[in-house]
Amino acid sequence: MSGTFLGTPAFPAAARAALEDSQLRRNLAHATSTIRTKRGNVVGEVDDWEQLRLAGEAIKNRVLRHLPDYLEQLERSLTAAGATVHWARDAAEANAVVVDIARRHGTDEVVKVKSMATQEIDLNSALEAAGIHAWETDLAELIVQLGDDLPSHILVPAIHRNRAEIREIFLREMGRAGRAAPADLTDEPARLAAAAREHLREKFLRAKVAVSGANFAVAETGTLTVVESEGNGRMCLTLPEVLVSVVGIEKVLPTFQDLDVMLQLLPRSSTGERMNPYTSTWTGVTPGDGPQEVHVVLLDNGRTDVLADPTGRQALRCIRCSACLNVCPVYERTGGHAYGSVYPGPIGAILTPQLRGVGTDPQTDSLPYASSLCGACFEVCPVRIDIPEVLVHLRAEVVDAHRKASRVPSVQDVAMKAASWTLSSAARTGAAERVAGIGGKLAGRLGRTAPGGRSILGAVPGPASAWSDSRDVPVPAAESFREWWTRTDGGRSRSDNTDGGRSRSDNTDGGRRNGDGA
Amino acid sequence: MSAREVILAKARRALTDVPDVEPVLDVEVVRPVPDRSLPHAQVVDLFDERVADYRAVVERADPGTAALRVAGALAGRSPLAGSGPLRILVPPGFPAGLVPDDVEVVPDGPDVAVSELDRCDGVLSTAAVGIAETGTIILDHGPGQGRRAATLVPDLHVCVIRADQVVAGVPEAVAALDPARPHTWISGPSATSDIELDRVEGVHGPRTLHVVIVS
Repeated sequence: MSGTFLGTPAFPAAARAALEDSQLRRNLAHATSTIRTKRGNVVGEVDDWEQLRLAGEAIKNRVLRHLPDYLEQLERSLTAAGATVHWARDAAEANAVVVDIARRHGTDEVVKVKSMATQEIDLNSALEAAGIHAWETDLAELIVQLGDDLPSHILVPAIHRNRAEIREIFLREMGRAGRAAPADLTDEPARLAAAAREHLREKFLRAKVAVSGANFAVAETGTLTVVESEGNGRMCLTLPEVLVSVVGIEKVLPTFQDLDVMLQLLPRSSTGERMNPYTSTWTGVTPGDGPQEVHVVLLDNGRTDVLADPTGRQALRCIRCSACLNVCPVYERTGGHAYGSVYPGPIGAILTPQLRGVGTDPQTDSLPYASSLCGACFEVCPVRIDIPEVLVHLRAEVVDAHRKASRVPSVQDVAMKAASWTLSSAARTGAAERVAGIGGKLAGRLGRTAPGGRSILGAVPGPASAWSDSRDVPVPAAESFREWWTRTDGGRSRSDNTDGGRSRSDNTDGGRRNGDGA
Repeated sequence: MSAREVILAKARRALTDVPDVEPVLDVEVVRPVPDRSLPHAQVVDLFDERVADYRAVVERADPGTAALRVAGALAGRSPLAGSGPLRILVPPGFPAGLVPDDVEVVPDGPDVAVSELDRCDGVLSTAAVGIAETGTIILDHGPGQGRRAATLVPDLHVCVIRADQVVAGVPEAVAALDPARPHTWISGPSATSDIELDRVEGVHGPRTLHVVIVS
């Protein structure tokens, strides 16, 4: 995957920073609760929602189980409809295709429809490196791009920004990228949107090449679909002469009829609307209408690796609605940047490690742990991805990868080995207990009393500190059970008042030796 | 090996748990069968209500009053040119009787430049299908509907749809469409909620959608 988020710390560190940003948490809480409520209302209108989810799941499973066949069929349909099909193994190959097409048309700019796939391959950077400006035309993406920022939500990428910040970004940056914002710009959303309209319209009207993704690609007919709200998508898809669509290979649907299920599931799950304002479908080239040169780049970039894992494969059912983000208690508090990934939230926590592979990067390996496993994400997923199941599966993968990769045994490994050696001999166990008893006597004076009366230690120094940071470490008993048994004859001796070893430990200190000893 | 061969080979290797003999229709897809007992007149009422829910303007008309409604949709708008009649884009095949007399008609066609579309004050169109449950109008860009750009660039879109084109739900609409044609599904005017989730109408597409349902 792209280097967009290179250098992001592992999730716990990034989350800690995000949690301290009270403005961010207010924005997120407002956004997620608003969308959650809207979604709940429109989903409640559909009597057979559960049946619809099952149908969505089944359609995507059917595709994934026979993906090579459907991809070949899609290629044939697209070609027959007048489109040119390209295949890209990774980001570099996909970017090269787009750069090449732009160059062949002698243009130094392209207009873009918001697309997760092109973010994933960091197409904008690749185009810039080739001297081609990539203009994001979705309002939120424009805010992110002009602010030299990163998206933080799949659906509303600039949700971490306030209207006042957006006004400042527009005033400062629009002029450098084209038509400047009006000097009297206020922070009213309608005024800000109007400034974006003027700024982008000159770009739409002169652009020769547009780049999009696709929400769905129908194998049977070669039909591509883009779902949007603002009309910037329609602008890009119809005004330029050349259209290039970068499509993840998992976006395939078997039949045109399958669109009916998906176009019911997606808008209600995503923006909480019965239908999004605009949906465009196109099948290759339509003479006299829209781009007369149409390209489709079928992108792998790790997807076939995800496909190879029968448990993790279900992540490829994702239709990028972002419902799981809006219900996730972890996402709601940390926001998208903490995930250090193009795909944030619960779906990002399972998709990113699978696309990138686990065991090499601590940041990626931290993602399967960025969850409370509460299961809300599965409940809302329109294609029933069992995200908690995959999270647990990936946690095991991360552990396995580290066990194999690590030459230096972990503290836990060493401790377990030592315990096994000690416990395998009664003599060694007794000796260890006596040593622990001495430690316990010392520690008993240092420790403190926990609720319930148990004596506990504070944080333990050294390699065990990570363990003791989040746990109460009990003070070892000053006298072991064996010692107590030997001294008191199992409680029958009158010297013991059954009030535990500690109060009497000074009396017995070093006093008794028995056959267990060395 | 080409990228194509590598990807297909990797995908095949990835699916070793799927038996070779398994037919591609192995996974059964059970689509919901929605209740469709609502009389058509009420389906049209629902369409009316749901389109209005997006803050589009919806009006009912009969063949005798449709032209009046279309004229009403254009009345009171000020022309981009500053003065003179409104310049209205009219796709070939749009019923001539519905075009008001006091406008300058710009006929749509492949030769009309995008910059020309941008100078139009509005566009008239018919539609292919309407969906009641979602308040959606679908254009298949056949006669009367213009190219895809025609109903996009001008700031006002007046859409005339016949009541008999309205279906209850999304499945009926998809079944009625020809996949070979391009389609534009329109549910209300252009809108965004990207700034603090405040809904703003009209970023790039028409800021005003005016629907006339003719029964």
